Amino acid sequence: MLRYFLLLVFLLFAGDAAAALDAALVSKLATGDGDEKSAAIGTLVASGDPQAAVLLKALADGEVQTAGTRVLIVKGESATDAATGEAVTPLPDSREDVVVNNRLRRELDGAMAGLRLFAPERAVRAASIKELSGNAGDSMRPLVKKALAHEKDPDLRADLAMIAASLDLKSADRAERLAAVRLLGASGNPNSKSLLLGLVDKAAEPDEEIRKAAQASLRTVEARLARAQFAGLVFSGVSLGSILLLAALGLAITYGLMGVINMAHGELIMIGAYTTYVVQNFFRAHLPGVFDAYLAVAVPAAFAMAALVGMALERSVIRWLYGRPLETLLATWGISLMLIQGVRTLFGAQNVQVENPAFMSGGVEMFSGVVLPFSRIVIIGFAFAVVAGVALLLTRTRLGLFVRGVTQNRAMAACVGIRTARVDTWAFGLGSGLAGLAGCALSQIGNVGPDLGQSYIVDSFMVVVLGGVGQLAGTIYAALGLGFANKLLESWSGAVIAKIVVLVFIIVFIQKRPQGLFALKGRAVEA
Amino acid sequence: MISRLYGAKGWSAIVAAALVVFAVFPILNLVLPPEHPLHVSAFGVTLGGKIMCYMIVALAMDLVWGYAGILSLGHGLFFALGGYAMGMYLMRQIGREGVYHSDLPDFMVFLDWKAFPWQWWNSDSFAWALFLVVAVPGLLAFVFGYFAFRSRVKGVYFSIITQALTYAAMLLFFRNDTGFGGNNGFTDFKRIAGFPIATAGTRMALFAMTGATLIATLLFGRFLVTSRFGRVLAAIRDAEARVMFCGYDTLWYKLFVWTASAVLCGIAGALYVPQVGIINPSEMSPANSIEIAIWTAVGGRGTLIGPILGAGLVNGAKSVFTNAFPEFWLYVLGLLFILVTLFMPQGVVGLVRQWKSRA
Repeated sequence: MLRYFLLLVFLLFAGDAAAALDAALVSKLATGDGDEKSAAIGTLVASGDPQAAVLLKALADGEVQTAGTRVLIVKGESATDAATGEAVTPLPDSREDVVVNNRLRRELDGAMAGLRLFAPERAVRAASIKELSGNAGDSMRPLVKKALAHEKDPDLRADLAMIAASLDLKSADRAERLAAVRLLGASGNPNSKSLLLGLVDKAAEPDEEIRKAAQASLRTVEARLARAQFAGLVFSGVSLGSILLLAALGLAITYGLMGVINMAHGELIMIGAYTTYVVQNFFRAHLPGVFDAYLAVAVPAAFAMAALVGMALERSVIRWLYGRPLETLLATWGISLMLIQGVRTLFGAQNVQVENPAFMSGGVEMFSGVVLPFSRIVIIGFAFAVVAGVALLLTRTRLGLFVRGVTQNRAMAACVGIRTARVDTWAFGLGSGLAGLAGCALSQIGNVGPDLGQSYIVDSFMVVVLGGVGQLAGTIYAALGLGFANKLLESWSGAVIAKIVVLVFIIVFIQKRPQGLFALKGRAVEA
Repeated sequence: MISRLYGAKGWSAIVAAALVVFAVFPILNLVLPPEHPLHVSAFGVTLGGKIMCYMIVALAMDLVWGYAGILSLGHGLFFALGGYAMGMYLMRQIGREGVYHSDLPDFMVFLDWKAFPWQWWNSDSFAWALFLVVAVPGLLAFVFGYFAFRSRVKGVYFSIITQALTYAAMLLFFRNDTGFGGNNGFTDFKRIAGFPIATAGTRMALFAMTGATLIATLLFGRFLVTSRFGRVLAAIRDAEARVMFCGYDTLWYKLFVWTASAVLCGIAGALYVPQVGIINPSEMSPANSIEIAIWTAVGGRGTLIGPILGAGLVNGAKSVFTNAFPEFWLYVLGLLFILVTLFMPQGVVGLVRQWKSRA
C-alpha cells in the first residue's frame, strides 16, 4: 500500500522535488490541539506532497512519535524525521506517542482517501471516491477539483463532480454555488436529494435564485429516485412472485390436478432445503475444491429426496383417502407434524446455515442505491425454467398425457388401460419433487429451519386457490400477481398490514369467483 | 321437552358429571388437606378447567363439522377473540398495581401511549366485557359466514379460507399498533369482578362455571341436533343440493350453526383466560385451530359425547407427554391425525359402538 502510494504521488507530482515539509506544520500536527491538527492535515493534503502522504499514513497507523521538538516516524527500531525525511540514529530514548482521537482519525481517513484519488488503478480510485462521497470535508475541495481535472473515466468523473458540487455548495462564491445546485440536479446519487432539500427552505437559503434552481434540481432528482424505487419494487415483486411460484407449483399439481390437499407440502419444501444443506456439507468436507458446484448436485438431490418422500406418503397414507378431501387434510397435517419433529430430532431445532456459491453472492447495481442480488436473479430464472419444464412434461410426454387423462376422467382413463394408481403415485412424486426444488431455492435466500415450510403453506395455498384449480397458467399469474401486490402494499403500509390486506382480498375474491381466477369453463358435478 | 333430550341413562350420566364438577372436585381440592392422597392440587383444578374449556370448543367444532359438514380451521380465532375480550377487562382490573403504577396497562406505558385506544372503550365494565365475548366472535362469524355461504364456498376451500382468516388475525394481533399487547398479549391478571384471581375459592368458582357452561353447551347441542333444525343440518351435510331442491334456503341454517359455534368458542375462550392467566396471539396460529379438529375426530364426530371424550383424551395425553417426553409429543399427535383418519373415521365412540354391536 505504502509503496505505490509513494510511487504514484511521485509520478503525479514529478515536478515538485521531494522537498522537506514545513517544520512548523509538522509540529502542529504532532503537538497542536484538535483544531490545529485538523488544519494541519488540510494543508498537508492540499500540498499533495509525497512526504505528506507518508506522514499521514504513519499517523493513522500510530507510528508517529515526538522526541522533544522533533517529530519522528518510528518503524520498529528505525526512525525518520517526519519533516526532513532524514534517518534518525540512534533512536532517542524518551519518546511520546501522538494521540489520534476519533475525529482526527476520520479526517485522516478522508485525507488519505483524497490522496488515493490519484491512484493509477481504477478500482482504487473508485473505492476512494465511494469513501469520500458523503463525508468529504471542505479542506478536500482543492484536492477533489484537482482529481476531477485528472480523471478520464466518465463514471468516476460524474461521481467526483458530485462530490465537488456538494463541497461547492458551502463555498462563499454565489456563481459557484449556483453551478453546483444545477449539477446536483443531474446526478444520480441519492445523497444529492438531502443536500438539495437543505436549500429549498427559505430560512436556510436566503438567495432567491439559488432556491429556485434548487427546487428545479430537486424535482428532477426526485423523479429519478422515484423511477429507481419503482424499478426496485418491480424487481422485488417479481422475486417474491417467483418464490411463491416455486412453492405453489408442486401444490398446483397435487391439489390443482389431483385434488389432494397436501398440508405437508411445506414440509416437502423443508426437506428439499435440508437436502441442499446435507449436499453442501458433503462438498465442504470432501470436495472443497469444487464447492461452488454443489448446487448442480443439490438441485437434483432435493428433487429426488422430496419426490421419494412424497411417493412414500402417497403409497402409505394418501391413496386410502382419495375422494375424502377433509380427511386428507387432517392426515397430511399429521404427516407434516411428524416430518417437522423428525427434522428436529435429526438436525436439531436451530436453523442451519446454507452458504451461497460464490457466483450467487453479491449483486448488480442497477441505479445508485438499487442493488439486485444475484441469488434472487438466479432464482427468478430458475423458477421460470422449472415452470417451462413442468409445462413440457405435462403436454409433451406420455406421463403428462396420462396425468391429464386421469385428472379429466379417471374411470375412462382406467378403461383405456392406464394404470391410474401408478399415475397417481408418479404425479404426486412430481408435485413433491417440485416442492423439493422450491426448498433448494429458498435455502439460498433465507433461513433453513424445521419451521421453514410452515411459513409458506398458507401463501402457496392462496396462490393455488387464487389461480384456480386445474391448470398451471392460473398459478403463474396468481403467484406473480400476489408477489407484486404484496411488495406494492408493503412499500405503502409495512409488511404485516400488506400480508393481511392480501389475505382479506383473497377471502373477498373467493366470494366472487369461488373457482379462482382462471376457472375451467363448464359445470362441475358436485363430488 | 326435558325427557325428549335424553333418556334416563343419559340424564343420570349428566347428573353424575355435574356431581363430580360441583361436589367431588371442590371437596377434593378445598376440604381435603394437601397431604391426603386424593387431594387435587391447584394445578389439577386449573388443568381440569382448561380441558373443560377445550371440550366446549370441541363441541362447538362438532356442531359445524360433525353435523353440518363444515370443517373450520379457524375456530381458534373465535376462541382467542373471546379470550381477548375477557383479557381486556382483566387488564383493567389490575388497576394501578402494574409495574409502572399507571392507569394504563403496562404494555401501553411501555409503548408510551397516553390514553386508551378506541378498542378499549368501556373495557372496565364487566357487563361490556361479557357482551364483547359473545358479540365479537359472533359478529365476525356472521359476516364471514354470510359471504362465504352465500357464494357457496364449501369443502376444502372453506377450510383453507378459515385458516387464512385466523392466520391474518394472528399477524394483526402480533402488531403492537393493534392495541392488544403485541406478541406478549395479556398476562399478570390480579382480579376478576373484584375477587382476587389466584385464590383457591376463585379458581374453584371458575372451574365450576366452566363445568356448568360445558353441561349447558351439551344440552344446547342436544336440543339443536334432535330438533327439526338438526335434521335439516344433517341433510345439508349429506346432500346439500338436494336440500336446496326441496326448497330450503341452506344459507341460514349453515349461518346459524356457524355463528352459534363461534359464540360458544368465544365463551370458552373467556372462561379459559382467567384460569390459565395468559392470552397471546399464538392462540390464533393455524396449528392450534387444526388441533381442535383432531379432538373432535378422535372422539367421534357426529356425536355429542365424542368431542368431549376426544378433547379430554388428547389434552390429557398432551399434558402427560409434554411433561414426560416433550420431544415425542408431535410424533404422537401426528400419528393420531393419521391413524384416526385412516382407521377410526367414527372415533372412539365408533369403536365402542362397533364393539357393542359385536357383543
